[in-house]
Amino acid sequence: MEKIMPAKDRLLKSGKNGLGNEMRGKVLVILCAVIMISVTISITIFLGTKGLQSFIKNGVSPIEFITSTKWNPTNKANPEYGAFPFIFGSFAVTFLSALVAAPLGIGAAIFMTEIAPSWGKKILQPVIELLVGIPSVVYGFIGLSVLVPFIRENIGGLGFSLLAGTIVLSIMILPTITSIATDAMSSLPKSLREGSYALGATRWQTIRKVLIPAGLPTLLTAVILGMARAFGEALAVQMVIGNVRDLPSSFLDASATLTTIITLNMGHTTYGSVENNTLWSMGLILLIMSFVFIILIRYFSSRRKMQ
Amino acid sequence: MSENILQVRNLEIYYGDKRAVNGISMDVEKNAITALIGPSGCGKSTFLRTINRMNDLIPGARAEGEIIYEDLNLLSDQMNVVALRKEIGMVFQKPNPFPKSIYDNITHALKYNRIKKKSQLDEIVEESLRKAALWDEVKDRLHKSALSLSGGQQQRLCIARTIAMKPTVVLLDEPSSALDPISNAKVEELIIELKKEYSIIIVTHNMGQASRISDKTAFFLSGDLMEYDVTEKIFTNPSNQKTEEYISGRFG
Amino acid sequence: MTSKSADRIATGVFIVIAVIIVSILVGLFSYILVKGLTHISLDFLTSPSSNVRAGGGIRDQLFNSFYILVLTMIISVPLGLGGGIYMAEYAKPGKVTNTIRSCIEVLSSLPSIVIGMFGLLMFVNLTGWGYTILGGALALTVFNLPVLVRVSEDAIRSVPRELKEGSLALGITHWHTIKTILLPSAFPSILTGAILASGRVFGEAAALLFTAGLSTPRLNYLDWNPFSERSPLNIFRPAETLAVHIWSVNTQGLIPDIEEVSNGSAAVLVISVLLFNLLARWIGTRIHKRITATK
Repeated sequence: MEKIMPAKDRLLKSGKNGLGNEMRGKVLVILCAVIMISVTISITIFLGTKGLQSFIKNGVSPIEFITSTKWNPTNKANPEYGAFPFIFGSFAVTFLSALVAAPLGIGAAIFMTEIAPSWGKKILQPVIELLVGIPSVVYGFIGLSVLVPFIRENIGGLGFSLLAGTIVLSIMILPTITSIATDAMSSLPKSLREGSYALGATRWQTIRKVLIPAGLPTLLTAVILGMARAFGEALAVQMVIGNVRDLPSSFLDASATLTTIITLNMGHTTYGSVENNTLWSMGLILLIMSFVFIILIRYFSSRRKMQ
Repeated sequence: MSENILQVRNLEIYYGDKRAVNGISMDVEKNAITALIGPSGCGKSTFLRTINRMNDLIPGARAEGEIIYEDLNLLSDQMNVVALRKEIGMVFQKPNPFPKSIYDNITHALKYNRIKKKSQLDEIVEESLRKAALWDEVKDRLHKSALSLSGGQQQRLCIARTIAMKPTVVLLDEPSSALDPISNAKVEELIIELKKEYSIIIVTHNMGQASRISDKTAFFLSGDLMEYDVTEKIFTNPSNQKTEEYISGRFG
Repeated sequence: MTSKSADRIATGVFIVIAVIIVSILVGLFSYILVKGLTHISLDFLTSPSSNVRAGGGIRDQLFNSFYILVLTMIISVPLGLGGGIYMAEYAKPGKVTNTIRSCIEVLSSLPSIVIGMFGLLMFVNLTGWGYTILGGALALTVFNLPVLVRVSEDAIRSVPRELKEGSLALGITHWHTIKTILLPSAFPSILTGAILASGRVFGEAAALLFTAGLSTPRLNYLDWNPFSERSPLNIFRPAETLAVHIWSVNTQGLIPDIEEVSNGSAAVLVISVLLFNLLARWIGTRIHKRITATK
């Protein structure tokens, strides 16, 4: 019955034939995509301008902010805004925890893919997934109630320390590193292993000389993602690191990071005050660092593609 | 002289910069079965998928030239491809029933086209399943999952849901290559039955199938239409050397 | 002989690493559950918390956590689904798509404290709402969105192409095909992913400190008028969630039973997240079975 209409009316676009619905759907999902872009852009712009205010409006010297070790914003006569101890603290816990977690995570990945694939996957895989699921405040709380007293009584110092922060973060980033490293190892072609074994290499030689070099770019990506997580983690670290304004002189000294200072002071400084603005500048550093981590990850994944 | 349903004129199809079909021209007869044969990668499937603009889905694919259907160029930007695909239906190589009931597989597109009345839907479902020679096998389990059917039944269901749309042309892309011989025979029987009402274009790798069911056969090679003639002539006395070599199994 | 023994030592080291990781998990869980379960009682779950006295419960925090979770999912699931559909079905390779991909990457790698700061700027100060549940839910939406977009995109992409072509070849529009063929087929994976994401949202605290706040007004659970100040449903009231509660009693709490309250709260939090995980797994395997059984 429909076909009595001339072909032109049936088959050419005219707006009446149900394409309006199609447009509506398309507009709807494009809107969602636009929202994502605008959220990202507004985060960058808002935090960027807010983070620069301490330098532009309040005249804090950016050089002093980044390099000075003296943090004394509440001194009315001569306030000092040196955030170096916190920047140092952030980088220190990030690198130290990566140093601990990278070998463990990559080792676990190798265990799952090369040593005991069947039951290794069956047990370690869910373990890793559960570790990812534990909220960071719980890590912080256990660090506070178990790790800190343990360090205080058995190793020394107050317990609240760089060491405690490093250990908590290492455990937190371990699952991130392990799961990506596992993907990296299991996506390596079988022929690599077979070729090496055929030449009479032992399993360890194969892992060390063939598999790790072949998977290296992705393994590095895994470690960097772990570091990005460590750098941005706030509450768990804040609960165990002690939050002092001085540079730590040893592992057992209390310390602070950018995130812990923000967490601690954002709530009880006056919005718009110089001290508050410097906290936003620290936030800007966190934002910039997460861009840096993305660039590093892109660099390594482009290297992987080239191989 | 029989009527033509499609007229192809200087059709060129590209994937990016690569040309897959090199300026072919042919007429497709109404209420006949036209078989497209040729070795893999010769452009026959690309050509078939261009007729109902399914090739639009592939990024970078574009077509030049004309395919005339009812005095309209199918390749025109003005074409409403959604309406077009209702009139030029397509059945694929791998049976692809929706993960729904047998009944819903057929009514899926009908409901979209605003046929809502239960009695009317029931009627169309039975009619198209009968035409697809599937009714007797499934009439007691219309509301069971279509995935519970055998491969051959699934393919006939896909044909049924295509003809439920009352198309004029049915495009078949190697419809029985994934089926066992018995299912294959049933599908072939069905295709011959269908040509009374529809014009059929079928891509096949199976020389036997082409010679058994088609009225005209087009032989493609590396994007060129090498020969297009009455099926009997192609299979008994081809004019092109390459056609003879291909159908006698010397390559492809 | 040296290479043989090196091999043996290396294998030993790898086994030790695996054992360490498993024992970390076992240690963490047994600590949380052993210490916490003894403190969980109906009374603990249903009485309000106290700022100074011992014996407070977590009723309001528990309610707040679920309420913020539900709100967050109501806002972020449609957005994430839309974004996922766009990326899987409409985005053409090119600059725009690359930009959106970068945005997803940036959003997913932002530290949650930074998201909290953005929330403070936008949903607390700029809007003038102060600390609110809605502000918290919006901040968590930013936190959750990239995950959901990825989950939906992957789920839609993994629907066999033949199904989509089958529907389009019947003269059904792309959008209707997405609604009636692609989304139903992708639904199980999207659901599993969304439940896992819920667990993450439920345990998140840093993004909420400066958006939903550290306090909860006295709630009257008989008042279901969402505009009333003491109604639990009011989305413009401050709300301390369970995760935030654990942090705040430990860092600035005055109550004498900090240890007990945090043990109990941590156990409730971890058990909830565990339930989300198990639920997601259970749905995943059930659906996997259903798919393989019909083949």
